[in-house]
Amino acid sequence: MTLTLTTAARVLAQIRFDRRTVALIIVLPCLLLGLIAWMFDGTPVLDQFGPMLVGLFPLIVMFLVTSVATLRERQSGTLERLMTTPLGKGDFVAGYALAFAGLALVQALVVVGFALLVGMDVAGPLWLVVVVALLDAVLGSCLGLAASALARSEFQAVQMMPAIIFPQLITCGLLMPRDEMPQVLEWLSRVFPLTYAVEAMQDLAAGAEWPDVAGAVGVIALFIVGAVTLGVATLRRRTA
Amino acid sequence: MVNNGGAVRVRGLDVERGGREVIAGLDVDVPTGQVVGLLGPSGSGKTTLMRAIVGVQDRTRGEVTVLGEPAGSPGLRRRVGYVTQAASVYTDLTVVQNLRYFARLAGLPAAGADAAVARAVDTVDLAGHEKQRVGTLSGGERSRVSLAAALVGDPELLVLDEPTVGLDPVLRRDLWRTFRGLAADGRSLLVSSHVMDEATQCGRLLLLRRGELVADTTPDELLAETGAPDAERAFLALIDRSEAAGTTTGEESR
Ligand SMILES: Nc1ncnc2c1ncn2[C@@H]1O[C@H](COP(=O)(O)OP(=O)(O)OP(=O)(O)O)[C@@H](O)[C@H]1O
Ligand SMILES: [Mg+2]
Repeated sequence: MTLTLTTAARVLAQIRFDRRTVALIIVLPCLLLGLIAWMFDGTPVLDQFGPMLVGLFPLIVMFLVTSVATLRERQSGTLERLMTTPLGKGDFVAGYALAFAGLALVQALVVVGFALLVGMDVAGPLWLVVVVALLDAVLGSCLGLAASALARSEFQAVQMMPAIIFPQLITCGLLMPRDEMPQVLEWLSRVFPLTYAVEAMQDLAAGAEWPDVAGAVGVIALFIVGAVTLGVATLRRRTA
Repeated sequence: MVNNGGAVRVRGLDVERGGREVIAGLDVDVPTGQVVGLLGPSGSGKTTLMRAIVGVQDRTRGEVTVLGEPAGSPGLRRRVGYVTQAASVYTDLTVVQNLRYFARLAGLPAAGADAAVARAVDTVDLAGHEKQRVGTLSGGERSRVSLAAALVGDPELLVLDEPTVGLDPVLRRDLWRTFRGLAADGRSLLVSSHVMDEATQCGRLLLLRRGELVADTTPDELLAETGAPDAERAFLALIDRSEAAGTTTGEESR
């Protein structure tokens, strides 16, 4: 546990040094959201899709940031060194997840705050939007962690995002309501975590309360646990 | 012998890398309380052997015992310090941030860590650079941070992969003095090197060629046996001799 916290603190210290990345992580989703608010000014589009975007941007950003961070750790030889220390594989993964969850919390608060500022109206409780956005970001970073184990180069790591996130984006109900999709794709969407993330946000936008989204939130939490487990399982102390 | 079997005992080690046997049937001992030099041409398997000893090398067969336990055992992780050939520290953290992290990983409490960090900084002669980011350090300074990160936990066995590459003669002399001091305190060190002059600083020498042990000797014995005037020429003589022997056995087996 101490080693998890120590590792989280170390990762945060690294991020804190990289001011531009921090600025990008926090400002970029706001900018994109602002663009949409401006484009659809005077229509209810922002109220409808705002919460979803508030959940999606952090997930994608965190996925990329985490997979690059762990790939760097692999290539710089620090991971090899860490694997000779008492640091557990779980400490490593949990340390990263914790550090990025901290960053994600700041991001979620700022992005939701900004969305309200540019006129997003959420029918459901606001704190739930923040909670789901935070969970989405943590899910993104845990998926990124697991995916980076499959990547052997920067090129591959960057491709992991379209490979893992895009199919989920396409089937999550954003492009087409899920009940209108071909049956097989509908089934597929059921096993993707993003579907539940988007569903929860859609429901919140439409005025759902905690009991209505508890199921979806539970599924997201399960996927986080699954991604962390996968991240730990794919980490190897011994390498060829 | 088994109980006091030294810091490292390797028997019949085979390692396969990239579909090739890079170490074949290696027997090696590192006695406790000594500096053992690991020498050999580039690609001879020095790094691979070290990785097997610290327990991060996959596809190994044979026996590798470290401080009485199988290599890579969880209990060893606090007792063994490893410095990789390329500096493996965080370039976006300061010297002290790096060292404090590795001190905490080695199990030092927050209070004790600071003193250990100060000591390690002193040992590698980086005083004045404590608050500097590692990414802005010179190459030699960076590799010293990497070395300090292993020293900070005061492990019983230090496995150092070319720790003095790119350092000036004064610093090299000081570091070797430190290594011998650590050995005198009962620590065991396995140090690989390309600089043959450094061989004379070691208590024992292991000479590796193509994943095989060519010699397990002392600096004095090496010079006496080869009749060479210095370590570098003695090394070349041994490699030449083993090359010739290798050719003969190659022909015999045909
Ligand atoms: N990841 C790898 N995959 C395949 N082959 C490898 C890998 N790493 C090393 N090798 C091969 O294993 C052999 C031994 O490599 P090793 O790094 O142990 O040599 P070394 O003695 O440390 O050399 P140097 O003095 O140049 O550091 C080399 O022939 C190398 O090409
Ligand atoms: Mg090497």
